[in-house]
Amino acid sequence: MGVATVTSTTGEAGANTVKGAGPAQLEVRGVTKAFPGCLANDDISFRIEPGEIHALLGENGAGKSTLVKIIYGVLQADEGALIWEGKPVTIASPHDAREMGIGLVFQHFSLFETMTVLENIALAMNDVRDMDALRKQVLEVEKTYGLPLDPDRHVYTLSVGERQRIEIVRCLLQNPKLLILDEPTSVLTPQEVEKLFETLRRLADEGCAILYISHKLHEVKALCHKATVLRGGKVVGGCDPREETAKSMAEMMIGQKLTAPDRGEARQFGDVRLAVSNLSLESDEQFGTDLKGINLEVRGGEIMGVAGVAGNGQNELFRALAGETEQEAAPDSIKIDGNPVAHFGPRRRRRLGATFVPEERNGHGAVPDMSLSENGFLTAFRRMALSARGLIREVPTKSFADNIIKTFDVRTTGSGAEAGSLSGGNLQKFIVGREILQDPGVLVISQPTWGVDAGAASAIHQALLDLAAKGTAVLVISQDLDEIYAICDSVVVMAEGKMSKPRPMADVSIEEIGLLMGGLHDLEGQTNPAHDTQVEGGRLGQA
Amino acid sequence: MVRLEPRRQHSQAMVYLSPVLAILMTLVVGGIIFAFLGKNPFDALYTFFILPINNSYGISELFVKATPLVIIAVGLAMGFRANVWNIGAEGQLTMGAIFGGGLALYFHDSESILLMPAMFVLGALGGAFWAAIPALLRTKFNANEILTSLMLTYVATLFLSFLVHGPWRNPEGFNFPESRPFPDAGLLPIIFEGSRVHLGTAVAVFVVIAGWLLLSKSVIGFQLRVVGKAPQAARHVGFRQKRMVWFTLLLGGALAGLAGLFEVSGPIGQLQPSISPGYGFTAIIVAFLGRLHPVGILFGGIIMALTYLGGELAQITLGLPNAVTGLFQGILLFFLLACDVLTKYRIRFGAIAAKGRTA
Repeated sequence: MGVATVTSTTGEAGANTVKGAGPAQLEVRGVTKAFPGCLANDDISFRIEPGEIHALLGENGAGKSTLVKIIYGVLQADEGALIWEGKPVTIASPHDAREMGIGLVFQHFSLFETMTVLENIALAMNDVRDMDALRKQVLEVEKTYGLPLDPDRHVYTLSVGERQRIEIVRCLLQNPKLLILDEPTSVLTPQEVEKLFETLRRLADEGCAILYISHKLHEVKALCHKATVLRGGKVVGGCDPREETAKSMAEMMIGQKLTAPDRGEARQFGDVRLAVSNLSLESDEQFGTDLKGINLEVRGGEIMGVAGVAGNGQNELFRALAGETEQEAAPDSIKIDGNPVAHFGPRRRRRLGATFVPEERNGHGAVPDMSLSENGFLTAFRRMALSARGLIREVPTKSFADNIIKTFDVRTTGSGAEAGSLSGGNLQKFIVGREILQDPGVLVISQPTWGVDAGAASAIHQALLDLAAKGTAVLVISQDLDEIYAICDSVVVMAEGKMSKPRPMADVSIEEIGLLMGGLHDLEGQTNPAHDTQVEGGRLGQA
Repeated sequence: MVRLEPRRQHSQAMVYLSPVLAILMTLVVGGIIFAFLGKNPFDALYTFFILPINNSYGISELFVKATPLVIIAVGLAMGFRANVWNIGAEGQLTMGAIFGGGLALYFHDSESILLMPAMFVLGALGGAFWAAIPALLRTKFNANEILTSLMLTYVATLFLSFLVHGPWRNPEGFNFPESRPFPDAGLLPIIFEGSRVHLGTAVAVFVVIAGWLLLSKSVIGFQLRVVGKAPQAARHVGFRQKRMVWFTLLLGGALAGLAGLFEVSGPIGQLQPSISPGYGFTAIIVAFLGRLHPVGILFGGIIMALTYLGGELAQITLGLPNAVTGLFQGILLFFLLACDVLTKYRIRFGAIAAKGRTA
């Protein structure tokens, strides 16, 4: 069972397995797809050989997802052809795609939390008669590809990395000849990423073609044999990632020279402005994470990063700091400039000079169908004196929004535009700008550049650095380690609702952060993979 | 193949066009129904929509009917904006009539000019008190205000029925289930001689202006819009949902109570078992017809008032049942909600292509 139709060659990452001769596994020829108001794919052509790991690079909006949907039969191309093993094919639906041997691992998993691993796999198969036989197949695949997973565990008890393994096992059971992975590492620790890469390399060695979609360049460099770069729906180049630098590929992706954020002089840190001591809170969500004894101190001028895999309590921490949670902690478990605030709501915390930027822009940080003026008013009306005697002061409100738009180069038709009509990057610049222009003493910001184009991301990073240089304490909650390395002075790591001790950025290696992200639980797992006994030889030790 | 395609941005044009479209479609469907009933549809529609207002008395009656609808709908719209679904305005109207009217009955021989203002206050209090019950149940026990406010409507109307059949029945009224007539000091002054247009109509105009100021220009109006459109954003900035539940229910209840008082101390002049032909429910349609905007509600109220007048005339001249009024109101709401889909979607003809547009 499994994909072992081609005998495994040696364990080396298979540059030598890429064959030049013979028909390509998949050739995309002149694919064009238009949506109202945007040409998502414009005459895209490239080929993937059997056994090749092919990267599809591009920023958000470059057309990667559209192309994947066309290959997987979710969408139909307006023009162009797909050539599968030398023959032109029409892929009318995902069902067709799976029949042909195309597997897709989505960025967001579609799993039932309260069912077991095996039940989830069975649900995705077309016809399952014999659960015992399926269990055997699953264990076989897991063993062959080093994907340790207990078939009888319930999904809600699994880490994100383990959940992704379910999706991969699901695909492998269908004997794929082409496996597509859409941003597979955004939820993994560095160690889990390395494990995933081993599996993928082994698959490629066996002749499976892999289309790997990512914007993380060092990963592409480490894993892929070839890369096709998309920008604005067009192919703008191809390259061998092993011969490029991350910087050169990034410049291909965004089509301009990259400038690293200017960190300025070594900064002097002032007094502690944001202090959290022994904060424990039960999560108000069913599968949420409880906060357990969180301690941290951010000084004026300091940017502290909170690293961690998503779902380890970062959202709960943000909500607790912003004052959104219903439950109350002891008043002095959170202090802003020395004032106990844990019993205060968001408005009183803001009055003391704290501002907050949540992860989700639409509906949390901004109201999509209100104008930018009104969205500026939303968090700033007290600090910026935009209201008087209970009425909105129209003129200052509009000029505050105009000021944000000008200072932060927000591309929009004006302060009357609905927030929801802005692109992700522009809306994020507006929201970040709104909080920064309030001249905060403390800024807590969650995933500052999530889903934001590179230009906007570097503008936001620079703005945060400038803000800290003026003496603000900045706490950045981010899953993106590159981001944390680029702008933070110190870092803490969250795992399972607990927080590690702060470390200066200069003294901590990415491996150490990775281990902390895995949490104590996984550290034990590495020496004694207790729950993985059914899958012998789980390759956990090899991070 | 007809399908709906999401628009990139809400169509402002459709926001205003949708009520017009809905009214046109209601007329077409209404005409068809009249035809099935064996009436000439054009004559029937003429009787229903034109005849009632082709003289000045008819127009004045339009304002009399529109007054309670507009006052109630402005209050309801505040709540609907904040996702607070008070559909018990009919009950709050009744309670306002009982409280305010009760005062007039207690001082039935008074000639004080203070009686009327005191009735205003008590009428509003009565409505607010009745709306406070769903507010309390919602904020304390998370009970759905749609159900509680609706059920309290029946309690209120039965309570009124009990009063006029029992303790408040007119001792000189030949055993009819009616209260005494209110004293002159407890009757709303008429503002146009020869009509029934009373002071309440002026109040309705004031309510529209104040409602517009509150909703569009005030911080509290801003808060309730945010709570309605993006509850998570409201939580993020500390706009408390519970406060909005209290605020909108009390305000909506007070306005409905006031409208109820205006009915009994205006056109009716006493308490009787039935004081409203469903103004509290029709006001829900008025609120949506007016796009939850006070100025729009003013127009919506006038249009719905016409269906009441038309329904009365249809009974008299065409021999149709009173249910025709409710029928037209229902059809209009149905088409209005259907047309509203077009603010977010556009109709496309052709084969199915894209499901998503992310790239």
